[in-house]
Amino acid sequence: MNYRLIINTLGYVLGLEAACMMLPLFTALLYKESSALPILITIFILAIVALLFIRIKKRNNNMYAKEGFVIVTFAWILVSFFGAIPFYISGAVPSFIDCFFETVSGFTTTGASILNDIEAMPKALLLWRSFTHWIGGMGVLVLMMALLPLNNERSMHVMRAEVPGPSVGKLLPKARSTAKMLYTIYLFLSIIEVLFLLLGKMPFFDALVTTFGTAGTGGFSCKSLSIAAYNSAYIDGVVTVFMLLFGVNFNLYFFLVIREVKNAFKSEELICYFSIFAVSTILVTLNILPMVRSMGTAFRQASFQVSSIMTTTGFATADFNLWPTLSKVTLFLLMIVGASGGSTGGGLKVSRVMIVVKSVWRDIFKMIHPRSVKLVHMDGKKVEEETVKHANGTFIIYIFVIFIMTFLISFDGFDFETTLSAVTACIGNIGPGFGMVGPMGNFAAFSWFSKCLLSFTMLFGRLEIFPLIIALSPSIYRKK
Amino acid sequence: MNIVIVGGGKMGFSLSRQLSAEGHDIVIIDNNQMVLQRSINTQDVTCVYGNGISSTVQIEAGVPYADLLLAVTSSDEINIICCLVAKRLGAKNTIARVRDPEYTQDLIFLRDELGLSMSINPEMAAAREINRILYFPSALKADVFAKGRVEMVEIKIKENSPLVGLSLSSLRSRLKVGVLVCAIQRGKEVIIPRGDFVLEADDKISVTGSSKEVSSFFKVLGMDTEKIRNVMVVGGGRISYYLAKQLLEMGIQVKIIEMNEEKCKNLAELLPKALVIHGDGSDQETLEEENIEKMDALVTLTGLDEENVVISMFGVSKKIPKVITKINHISFGEILEKAGIDCVITPHLISTNQIALYVRAMQNTLGSNIQSMTKIVNNQVEALEFRARENFEGRNVLLKDLKIKKNILVACIIRGGKIFFPNGNDCIKANDNVIVVTTLTGLEELNDIID
Repeated sequence: MNYRLIINTLGYVLGLEAACMMLPLFTALLYKESSALPILITIFILAIVALLFIRIKKRNNNMYAKEGFVIVTFAWILVSFFGAIPFYISGAVPSFIDCFFETVSGFTTTGASILNDIEAMPKALLLWRSFTHWIGGMGVLVLMMALLPLNNERSMHVMRAEVPGPSVGKLLPKARSTAKMLYTIYLFLSIIEVLFLLLGKMPFFDALVTTFGTAGTGGFSCKSLSIAAYNSAYIDGVVTVFMLLFGVNFNLYFFLVIREVKNAFKSEELICYFSIFAVSTILVTLNILPMVRSMGTAFRQASFQVSSIMTTTGFATADFNLWPTLSKVTLFLLMIVGASGGSTGGGLKVSRVMIVVKSVWRDIFKMIHPRSVKLVHMDGKKVEEETVKHANGTFIIYIFVIFIMTFLISFDGFDFETTLSAVTACIGNIGPGFGMVGPMGNFAAFSWFSKCLLSFTMLFGRLEIFPLIIALSPSIYRKK
Repeated sequence: MNIVIVGGGKMGFSLSRQLSAEGHDIVIIDNNQMVLQRSINTQDVTCVYGNGISSTVQIEAGVPYADLLLAVTSSDEINIICCLVAKRLGAKNTIARVRDPEYTQDLIFLRDELGLSMSINPEMAAAREINRILYFPSALKADVFAKGRVEMVEIKIKENSPLVGLSLSSLRSRLKVGVLVCAIQRGKEVIIPRGDFVLEADDKISVTGSSKEVSSFFKVLGMDTEKIRNVMVVGGGRISYYLAKQLLEMGIQVKIIEMNEEKCKNLAELLPKALVIHGDGSDQETLEEENIEKMDALVTLTGLDEENVVISMFGVSKKIPKVITKINHISFGEILEKAGIDCVITPHLISTNQIALYVRAMQNTLGSNIQSMTKIVNNQVEALEFRARENFEGRNVLLKDLKIKKNILVACIIRGGKIFFPNGNDCIKANDNVIVVTTLTGLEELNDIID
């Protein structure tokens, strides 16, 4: 284990976080809020820790898969820890566990909140909370790779551990230019969304916060009522479309950039993703029609909610907690499937579910024709057996983690729907679930123990389980 | 630059490592997933799976926009076809690895008629390198700069050497030879020294100077400069053929030991003057029968690294003055040195350097470009020869006033046929040839040495 390299890299990550905090600091100064001081203190602490870490010079660049996992895991834990400090010092959130939960929820783009009264929070902290979505969506280390010229020919290990999806490929030969390209596309889409929201007469601050929430598929809003507070069909529409766009594999945007449009639209995952969206929307629209009594409203609410849950954003325009069971179950299933691989969304990822389904189908086929030779195909190419195995493994562990966490959270004694959906919403990085943690509720009532567990569940979901398990297993730190 | 490499084997791997470290965008094509996995895990490159000859695969790898395609698969024919396809697709330059001696006469045809920019032959390059070392038997490695006017040799300081305990600033006055020590390897550490550096036993040093000064340096050190007259070569592969051919032309006797009868016959046919022996070179009996202890030099060139190492160790124990070992996988270097094997040849590394030099020269056709390049002290230090042009920013500035980057030494300036070692009061003028020694990689032109 190359500890020096790990600590050195973490130093740069923390330095980057300090730089990112300049944005809320600026906001606080702009609005003349008292939260400027806590943010400044945090930046100071971060800078000191970062400098201490960076001073530990690495002796060589030997990075293997395990170093990649450890760097990514600890980067996320540390970033969340330090990101929570402004909430704590400013007194906006009294308990540190709550602050940590809120920040993890931010960075993992979950959007699960423990805040009861959002409007009472200082604006700078609201912005920071949403900005963590934006950074966490594409990845903290990917951002670092894009911005800092830290040459390491093995940075693929880090990228693979952080970028979600069953298989991670580079767009460009250099990891750094790939990271830059991803962030350029990300920034471009975000700016377009801000412009569209401004056109809908949304205040600039709200547009920024909403965009951060959409882009990272996070779901923190600056209103307790979430997007419903604006009560505008136009804004609902814009947010729906952009949520969907951010749930698409970013590699496909790259194909558009290099003008290989055909390649982008041929993607099986993309077709499946939009089919799931269309079918679910129709189903939910028809199902809630008797409740809202107008086709237009039913479609508006259904499409928004399906898009919000499927891309694991978690914005709300309606209290879907009150919807009929069919709609709720549909949404629950969407929570598990999630968005496309290589997007900012969470969940299991459409492509992974497709691989799992195809491989199960192949196994059944093999039982009928025992001598047949069949491979799993995707986009007309064979999927490596290794990838299939990995997808199946992730699927199983994912479900397993849901079971274990649900069991542990059930000690708090809430109803079954609340407990199960809280865990699912956390591991899928969605945010709201059903029951007490529904779109109009929050996670404040859970015990500190459950909040800790749920924080880790969110990290499990964002980093796709394995990095966290590997980094937290003692065997890789043993010298022998 | 965008560079596509077809074939990710030994040669492809070391090429992509070198070139990607120099900041180029590398795409590797190979039809073996394992090879691609290894490359993608250890290097900052992208990989494309497929047959490198297929135009679809080449297009996927971005050959139409590539500045350079390197075809280095194990087959000469595939390499040539890859280059032809790439040329048609629009690759600006193509380099093929062509190793078969039968094609050596066709190299000019390949370049002029088929449009290949260059063909490389690692075996021939290795043979040349061995030849050069045999020419300077007391050195571990020898290179020439400025068309042979300046020599750079690597030696290991023995315990009883007069160099032990000598500081570099007093070296020239004490030994009365005009040479410069420009790089030192002590243990694992590589140092670009300053004047107050004190030499110790077991240091490996690189020394540069004119041919005359270097040979008088050897004399002062008491290293025998006797010429080599007979050489034993174990293994009868391509390198052996090229080497034997060159040595025989110089009038040196060559004895080749090869196990395969077919190969023996072939060699005997191609090299009538050589003594070809059909026998197992890893057999002590055979070696002793062939008078190994009477040889001036032993070169082990079998296909197995292990065999080469063992035979070389045997040669060292028999007190052969010069033992050269071919090793393809460069690991365990330190252990080998302890066993007395200090002169090692790695064919694919030699060619990698050749290509790296070509790539840098390509990038810089106008500036003060590189004339020649070599890697010294365990491949960790580069020695480059630049030609200073009118656009060199530091020309006519005293070296002590010039802000030169750390770990760079301006070792030597050749002006109008005269060689001198510059001090702070000298300056580089236009049309000088300048030899620079550095631990940095990727210097492309003389301006790069300025901070």
